[in-house]
Amino acid sequence: MMGVGVAATMAAFLLALSLAAITIAGRRSAPSIIYGLSGAACVVLALAAIIALATRAEATSLTVPIGLPWLGAHLVQDALSAVFLALLGIGGAMASFYAIGYGRHEHEPQRVLPFFPGFLGAMTLVVLAGDAFTFLLSWEIMSLLSWALVLAHHRDEGSRSAGYLYLVMAGFGTMVLLLAFGLMAGAQGSYEFAAIRAVERSPGIAALVFGLMVVGAGSKAGLVPLHVWLPVAHPAAPSHVSALMSGVMTKVAVYGFIRVAFDLAGPVEWWMSPIIIVIGVATAVMGILFAIMDDDGKRILAYSTIENIGVIFAALGLALAFQANGMHALAALAMTAALLHAMNHMMFKSLLFMVMGAVLNATGRRDLDGLGGLIHRMPVTAFLALVGVTAISALPPLNGFVSEWLLFQTVLQSPQLPQPALQFMVPAAGGLLALAAALAAACFVRFYGVAFLGRARSGDVAGAIETDRWSLGAMAALAALCVLAGILPGYLIDLIAPAVDIIVGARILPQGGNAWLTLVPVADVRSSYSGFLVMVFVAVTGSAVAWLVHRLASQRLRRGPAWDCGFPNADPITQYGGGSFAQPIRRVMASVLAAHETVTMPPPGDPGPARHTAGVEDLAWSRLYLPLASAVTGTTIRLNALQFLTIRRYLGLVFASLILLLVGLAIWN
Amino acid sequence: MELIWNLLLQGAQMMVVLALAPGLTGLVRKVKSRLTRRRGAPILQPYRDLARLLRKEVVLADNASWLFRVSPYMIFAATWVAAALVPTFAIGLQFSWTADLIAIVALLGSVRFFLALAGMDIGTSFGGIGSSREMMIGAIAEPAMLLTMFSVALVAGTTQLSYVVEFMASGEVGIRVSLGMALIALIIVAIAENARIPVDNPSTHLELTMVHEAMVLEYSGRHLAMIELAAMLKLHLYVALIGCIFSPWGIAPNDSGPGELLAGFVFFLGKLAAGGILLAVFETSIAKMRVFRVPDLLGAALMLGLLGTLLLFVSRSL
Repeated sequence: MMGVGVAATMAAFLLALSLAAITIAGRRSAPSIIYGLSGAACVVLALAAIIALATRAEATSLTVPIGLPWLGAHLVQDALSAVFLALLGIGGAMASFYAIGYGRHEHEPQRVLPFFPGFLGAMTLVVLAGDAFTFLLSWEIMSLLSWALVLAHHRDEGSRSAGYLYLVMAGFGTMVLLLAFGLMAGAQGSYEFAAIRAVERSPGIAALVFGLMVVGAGSKAGLVPLHVWLPVAHPAAPSHVSALMSGVMTKVAVYGFIRVAFDLAGPVEWWMSPIIIVIGVATAVMGILFAIMDDDGKRILAYSTIENIGVIFAALGLALAFQANGMHALAALAMTAALLHAMNHMMFKSLLFMVMGAVLNATGRRDLDGLGGLIHRMPVTAFLALVGVTAISALPPLNGFVSEWLLFQTVLQSPQLPQPALQFMVPAAGGLLALAAALAAACFVRFYGVAFLGRARSGDVAGAIETDRWSLGAMAALAALCVLAGILPGYLIDLIAPAVDIIVGARILPQGGNAWLTLVPVADVRSSYSGFLVMVFVAVTGSAVAWLVHRLASQRLRRGPAWDCGFPNADPITQYGGGSFAQPIRRVMASVLAAHETVTMPPPGDPGPARHTAGVEDLAWSRLYLPLASAVTGTTIRLNALQFLTIRRYLGLVFASLILLLVGLAIWN
Repeated sequence: MELIWNLLLQGAQMMVVLALAPGLTGLVRKVKSRLTRRRGAPILQPYRDLARLLRKEVVLADNASWLFRVSPYMIFAATWVAAALVPTFAIGLQFSWTADLIAIVALLGSVRFFLALAGMDIGTSFGGIGSSREMMIGAIAEPAMLLTMFSVALVAGTTQLSYVVEFMASGEVGIRVSLGMALIALIIVAIAENARIPVDNPSTHLELTMVHEAMVLEYSGRHLAMIELAAMLKLHLYVALIGCIFSPWGIAPNDSGPGELLAGFVFFLGKLAAGGILLAVFETSIAKMRVFRVPDLLGAALMLGLLGTLLLFVSRSL
């Protein structure tokens, strides 16, 4: 009662805050009040969830007599919900506190304030939902409120089309989820999760539910090829909302998938797991390749979200494979990797979106080729961004590496799987995941190197100043979490262990008490890693060497112009920019990216400039969505004729459809 | 008492690595010179170069940031830690379990990451060209390296280097095709990662195909010394890694006495010299590649790593 009560109260409070915000949104003090209260509610939410996890509290439930009269709204908080509530609480609190400072720059706060707390509240309710109706209703509220937030800058043409695309995809996703839950409940079934769990399903139905869930939750999470809306919608929102959408909302979709696929739909067949692994790996590689090719800072981050979702789904696919073969301990290892990566991604992706928000405020631009040299203008933001890009590139000793490392350990256990298909596939998937991780490093060297290092590429950067204290505080807290989760991962793993336990029926070895904070996921003869010691070793040797060199050798230093092999050029345009940095990888991966590159030379004697154009194409868009859209448009135009018929023809149509239905019924029986 | 002895051994390992790394580079240069019928600088020349660089003043570009000044020390420290985690003369040292194979590969990834960032800090075209190409090479070399490590780890049943070495030395392995593939793949990766011919040429300046040298072009004085020493340590790391996995003979086992340790050290010197001479012979006998041919070479390493892993499954099910 205690656990779910707190969470439900906070959800109700956040939704009520949304309504209150409508009335006060015009006031000057409104942003501080609304964001402050949202942040406080999220802190309570996170603390309650962490306490519930740490004390290994039993699942608590609550039935509220609202919603459908015969059903009511069932709210349940078990360990899995608690993990995602903690994630939501931390991400939501940081985004809120950041927005106290960042929101001051908003031109039309009344377009953001009323939707922000409600968005948080709706996500909380999705995670708490204990019946299909509450789940779908909260899911739809979450989608609609985030859509309203995407449209916050609705005067911008790009935002409007992003909002439209998002609305279509969100509607499609919810429809598919509706079908999935309808199938699970059956013809007379109850919509309560406890009842759904108890139903025996034929394998065909279970497989169909599973497939629908991949599409429904996957479209919200951004799985390829359902990802096309994500890189346009997430960046269109104000940056703290982008942080929430990328860092938290995609995880709510992951929660929905885990809840149904592992908990509600019943035992899964092993052949479903390769599908998830393939989709996950393809999502990871494609997502990060498009991130490297893009020039818009926020869109790079959105594409990188797609990559990380792919990594999470690949881990979930591995968990399914082990689970279907009854290898619960190994399924627990894969599930731990997935949940840990979800948690880590929330931390660094929120941090990086906030960084981009600060840059956007300071310079008014988010295109990489208009930035540069921000490390001199915004030193603190630049430092925090460095922590973020190191963490997201899966580099030790920060947190992104820990979950990737666990995932690779899981991949190495694949020989134990009995199916040859999986045995062959999993190492290849591991190689592709390593490729995605290495490409992520390239992507974020480019992101950080072009935006923060080098020389300013435009006058907007020259006037940039450091961002406000609230924003810096929120970013610093997230950066600290990235470091802590990297060097003390054992405690985090122990914290999420109860959730892993209830989904796969096993847990990995307790990690908190290991010597030197080492991670030993399987056995110490197999693998171990201590982020803490690596950090200490590098820090101690690095500073000792620096001290010794300065003490014993030389500490003289002279500033001078850059050397650049003797040909320094004062024009900042001669620096490597986003496009030139991506060129080697664009060439190498040309076939995957459908890259095109043309050089137009003027004819001899013509003094006109030569032109070089290069770009990439998302094949999902041109091969899948555009034909689909034109088919839908064509059909609707043809059906338009139905509007202009005489009454006789309408009656005839009604009669014909009645006959058709009756014939259909007769054949059915 | 035992703890002190163990800590001393661990410290000795770190010092051995640091002391031998420039010598290995000197040896490679010497052998290459002799093969091209030049007399060549003495093997000790890299030590002198480093000492000279350390004494010189640093000339820093006007707009260099703190990251540019901190990176050399971080790069050096991380490479040193990684190099010290690879067994040289003994296994089962005090902190050998700190990072396994995957973590060592990732630690080298961190080094590359900061080196590439430092290359972009001044905002020159040479720095950018080096960084972008280094990241392209790294993006293919790292998965190839990990796949190689996968096949080694699947044979040995562990990713912990000390246990891998123990298993490889135990004679249970026999000759396996997949290990042979892994060895070739690892050598290709090592050549690419250490900026050797045919991927990159460590002794050029002012050439459009250069990668590593372009990135560190703006460094001077003690900063350059740190970066050079880190590069030497990296070469040493790869030779030691290939040595300890594929010729684990002579490495002192857990809890061995001074005699075994000394024997292990002598064996290690032999392996290091053999590795250096082989590298020099290879480099002299091959020409530098165009930069966009490099992905083909690394792609071959990637495929060999994958094939090695898959062959393991096939051979196991037969």
